[in-house]
Amino acid sequence: MIGARDLRVVFGGRVRAVDGVDLEVDAGEIVALVGESGCGKTTLARTLLGLEKPSSGEVLFEGKPLDYRRLKAYRRQVQLVLQDPLGALNPRHTVYDAVAEGLRIHRVPGDEQALVADALSRAGLRPPERFFLRYPHELSGGQRQRVVIAGALVLEPRVLIADEPVSSLDASVRGEILGLLLRLRDELGLTVLVVTHDLGLAWNIADRVAVMYLGRIVEIGPTAEVLQSPQHPYTQALLSVVPDVGHTEQIVLTGEPPDPARIPSGCRFHPRCPVVLPECTSVSLPILGVEVGHHAACVRVG
Amino acid sequence: MSLLEWRDVTVDYAGPDGPVPAVRGVTLSVERGEVLGIAGESGCGKSTLAATVLRLLPDSARVGGEILLDGTDLLTMSWGKLRAARWSDAAIVFQGALHSLNPVQSIGKQLAEPIRLHKTAADPDARVRELLEQVGLPASRASAYPHELSGGQRQRVMIAMALACGPDLVIADEPTTALDVMVQAQVLDLLTGLVRDLGMGMVLISHDLGVLGTTCDRIAVMYAGRIVEIGPGLDVFDDPQHPYTRALAGAFPRVGDPAARYAPVGLPGDPPYPGDLPGGCDFHPRCPVVMDACATASVSLVDAGAGRVAACLRVSS
Repeated sequence: MIGARDLRVVFGGRVRAVDGVDLEVDAGEIVALVGESGCGKTTLARTLLGLEKPSSGEVLFEGKPLDYRRLKAYRRQVQLVLQDPLGALNPRHTVYDAVAEGLRIHRVPGDEQALVADALSRAGLRPPERFFLRYPHELSGGQRQRVVIAGALVLEPRVLIADEPVSSLDASVRGEILGLLLRLRDELGLTVLVVTHDLGLAWNIADRVAVMYLGRIVEIGPTAEVLQSPQHPYTQALLSVVPDVGHTEQIVLTGEPPDPARIPSGCRFHPRCPVVLPECTSVSLPILGVEVGHHAACVRVG
Repeated sequence: MSLLEWRDVTVDYAGPDGPVPAVRGVTLSVERGEVLGIAGESGCGKSTLAATVLRLLPDSARVGGEILLDGTDLLTMSWGKLRAARWSDAAIVFQGALHSLNPVQSIGKQLAEPIRLHKTAADPDARVRELLEQVGLPASRASAYPHELSGGQRQRVMIAMALACGPDLVIADEPTTALDVMVQAQVLDLLTGLVRDLGMGMVLISHDLGVLGTTCDRIAVMYAGRIVEIGPGLDVFDDPQHPYTRALAGAFPRVGDPAARYAPVGLPGDPPYPGDLPGGCDFHPRCPVVMDACATASVSLVDAGAGRVAACLRVSS
């Protein structure tokens, strides 16, 4: 449905935010893209949305390279759901206007009011008429996130790209919004790419997980396999620090994720890797392909 | 004597239609060397309760009850004494480190400010270097400005600042909310290590019961301004007694738990507006296991196992 082929995004000639990513997300699939701040996951998502241009490589939509002259039509198909719904909504626009904006921009024909009502009720705001004239500040955090999702749904997209859709929400609301994403996939066949640092979220809703480190996917596979038998030492470390009772030993990596302007040679994870081998400083690891199954970019694997 | 004791504390904010109760009778204590967690949704009163300790609430807030820090009532304390108590007896690590630091001053200068004001160290600069090392930052970073630091490093600076005058009590309000899991683990390790090494008491506030369960000796869960459950950290997270705690614990699934696959747990509805509380149990309109009696019965904390209490009719019956 949507994907990337050898995608690279370089800022200012030296910051390699996305440094070679192959990814395919199938129709009706939910894929979680996980990693720490600065790993390039948001840049990858923005590039898939056509908000950034790749420095090399391609964004693929339905198997064909994205045509940057027809971005507007593309963006109707591929919609973004932002984190921080309070920041994403204009405080002076009513819920109705916020949701109808996309219809107006794209000059979608038909009964605007019916389309807005339909999108609101699919996002779980029922009865929709009751929300038309409300302003963002009159809504709870969960309701605001539903308005943002309704604004994406109103254009009947095929793909939703959600950047940390629940990180600013209360614990009780979080499950509600994740349940909504699952239901939209089941009822509308939506394809969803969720960008998150939250492995519990991935376990909750994702079919597959891709773990990103310093501009590259270092492990990818079915959620249960990646999260229950992680192969890459980075994934193992990430999982070990998820707050959980009855845990095995925590692997707390020291330091911050390194700088995408200075990607280490060899395996990019080697300076922080707890099980580093001598060859890791020099070996060149290939970009993980898009074959079905569970793969990890580590010399210890395979 | 407990390090900190809230005795039947109430906080009312002034609202357009009369007082709005944000905290409604909380009794809770923190011992030296203990990490106490306070969990709950936005608006449950947890941050308000924390702010009562240093009397940081706006003038419109009316605080009732007693708050004893080392046996002294903070509510009747003179401003002069209170000013001395801030930083040196009790300190707060605020959420949002980026917004709490001065962007145009080096972190060393900011760290030294409370030390100079409270005259707690003869050589403030040496103390700053010591503090930075204590929180795992090189002493040479004292000359750095906030924008030059990462989110995790800034949070470490906030912790160093809270430690600056050697307080007995540290209150950390959502100290890891904006941080990545790896950095969160580093910061939590640091905080619990400091409590252990320095023998302080700590109050850790979060809506993430998973974070509290793995870090805290005890957890108190708040709903609509009241405590609905207290117990040992692991027990409260692992085997919640109150249905509200159960919903909070379920919201952060355990990776590997088959019951959570494709089944995110949410809690429908919103917490009640403090000015318009339902009758009976505060939680009954949202409770998944509500009974007829819950709409009218008055509930209070009752015994719910070893070292545990919960305010639920199902627990008491």
